Amino acid sequence: MSTNTPPGPRRVRVTSPRTSAARRPTTPAGTREIDEQTRLGEVYMNSLIQSQLRLTLAVIGGTALILGSIPLLFWLVPPTRTFAILGLPLPWIILGIVVYPVVYVAARIYVRKAERIETEFTEFVGRQ
Amino acid sequence: MSSAMSLTGIGLVIVATIGIGLFGLRISRTTSDFYVASRAVTPRWNASAISGEYLSAASFLGVAGLVLVNGADMLWFSVGYTVGYLMLLVLVAAPLRRSGAYTLPDFAETRFQSAMVRRICSGLVVGIGTLYLLPQLRGAGLTFQTVTGAPPDVGAAVVAVIVVINVAAGGMRSITFVQAFQYWLKLTALATPIFVILIAWRSGDHQIGVLHSLQGAAAEWAEPLSTAGGRDHPLYSTYSLLLALCFGTMGLPHVLVRFYTNPDGRAARRTTVVVLALLGMFYLFPPVYAILGRSFAPDLVTGAADTVVLELPSRIFPGTTGDLLGALVAAGAFAAFLSTSSGLTVAIAGVIDQDLLRTRLTRLTGGDYLAVNSFRIAALLAMTVPYVAFRLTGALSLADTVGLAFAVAASTFCPMLVLGIWWRRMSTTGAAAGLIVGGVAASAAALINVIGAPTAGWPRALVVQPAAWTMPLAFLTVIVVSKLTPQSIPAGAARSLVRLHTPEAVNVDRNPTPLP
Repeated sequence: MSTNTPPGPRRVRVTSPRTSAARRPTTPAGTREIDEQTRLGEVYMNSLIQSQLRLTLAVIGGTALILGSIPLLFWLVPPTRTFAILGLPLPWIILGIVVYPVVYVAARIYVRKAERIETEFTEFVGRQ
Repeated sequence: MSSAMSLTGIGLVIVATIGIGLFGLRISRTTSDFYVASRAVTPRWNASAISGEYLSAASFLGVAGLVLVNGADMLWFSVGYTVGYLMLLVLVAAPLRRSGAYTLPDFAETRFQSAMVRRICSGLVVGIGTLYLLPQLRGAGLTFQTVTGAPPDVGAAVVAVIVVINVAAGGMRSITFVQAFQYWLKLTALATPIFVILIAWRSGDHQIGVLHSLQGAAAEWAEPLSTAGGRDHPLYSTYSLLLALCFGTMGLPHVLVRFYTNPDGRAARRTTVVVLALLGMFYLFPPVYAILGRSFAPDLVTGAADTVVLELPSRIFPGTTGDLLGALVAAGAFAAFLSTSSGLTVAIAGVIDQDLLRTRLTRLTGGDYLAVNSFRIAALLAMTVPYVAFRLTGALSLADTVGLAFAVAASTFCPMLVLGIWWRRMSTTGAAAGLIVGGVAASAAALINVIGAPTAGWPRALVVQPAAWTMPLAFLTVIVVSKLTPQSIPAGAARSLVRLHTPEAVNVDRNPTPLP
């Protein structure tokens, strides 16, 4: 039977180490700090969460300020309730039409900034 | 309205829904396919599906009905429904996707490492889901009644049966395709009659257009904060409603399940942006129906206001054009009930399956069952409860009932998610206390509404729009109790936050349990 076994891969003689492929992948320093929950790792994580949170609060603050002031405006300045542009009353223009593109643009800007924060973080902790 | 034509439209929607569902069944293979489409749906598909699922009877029929009766203040409904997604985007979208959980109770369990918090969440998912399914069934009954004159029970039963069959057959994978199709159907159904009316108006076939209707409408009705329709304390109500809608969206069980189908956190964000565009497009139309309704269907103001979208086409165009448009709108309305009910049923069934059924089935059969069958039984249970509740409860306006579901979600899941994602020192006891206090307060308000709310003044305003006091109460409870019980901060909290916030490209340990 042993004579029937197919020939295995041909033997090769190793003459020098394969420097490019044989090296064990090393964990970048930043992610190791996070994994081991060192003080430094905590600082990295806090800075990521803080900058994302600041961005989030900025969007919420802006939304609250703009949306929140609309009912107040109608409440305090009654003429705005009936003021008409091109025959359409202002409240209907704002709440029925203008709100939507504004919200969409705000979302686009938010996503761009949030992704930038993440890219910077990835590059930073990924550095050796 | 020609009932034959409308019934044909509704029939086509049902056939298409089941057809796409069956197509999904053929490629739905594993349990993961069932729940979250194996997490491989592109942002565009997913955004259409999310919007298709989100735009319910309350959006398709309810908003126009409310604006028709109560005027400009009700425009805040559609604004709130949309801004809710902006809040979801900035507060929870990417972290939730990165949490890697299937359902809200899953999230609670990994974040707080507590079976008790998980059980509270499971109960809330079933509760909120049922509260949200109720108006869907009511809307279906109403549509069927308008089209055929059959009692409301019939339409509700039709929707209930189709949804259960579809969900049990294909789960989430097929639902993704169904939902995406239904968004575009709903938009087409709502927009086409308006464009036909505009064209007729421009070409002089019709005397009255949108502008004339609005100018001719009662001045009080067209003004905001006018207490038209008998709502007291309009400023408080406006703010409270806005709060409930903006912060309730993220706590709706069917919305969150949808987000797990994104491949990663970045995709979750991008999907949400597309959702905002799709919702904005849709919400341009309901107010137009209300404005036209003021002129063409004034009798509905004091009657079945929620049917204005269905009635309007045939009122403006008597004859074949009106019948055709009416059939299209009825089909769109049915798509709305089917898609939202399907999404809710998937979410509720997932929770019933995982937390109630699976362990019991294992004990009963000694593990000799298919996980998928357990999900199918759960889907049946998930629809039975709201259907019974629908038969028992009386008439509430569509959008008002939905508003209550939002208020409960904003007072329970919103604090848990927002603080759980952004605040490391939130304790397990704090999470449980917040869920219970917010849940009891908001549910009590909802219950009083269903039984019969006070008729006037501040008590009525506080009960009809409870979010402005129940949501801060829940947040405060979580914060105070967490400060008092620092010993019950979960041991893996730091690691959980790493998991929630680090981009997928960073190679870190995401296991929430602490290293040995």
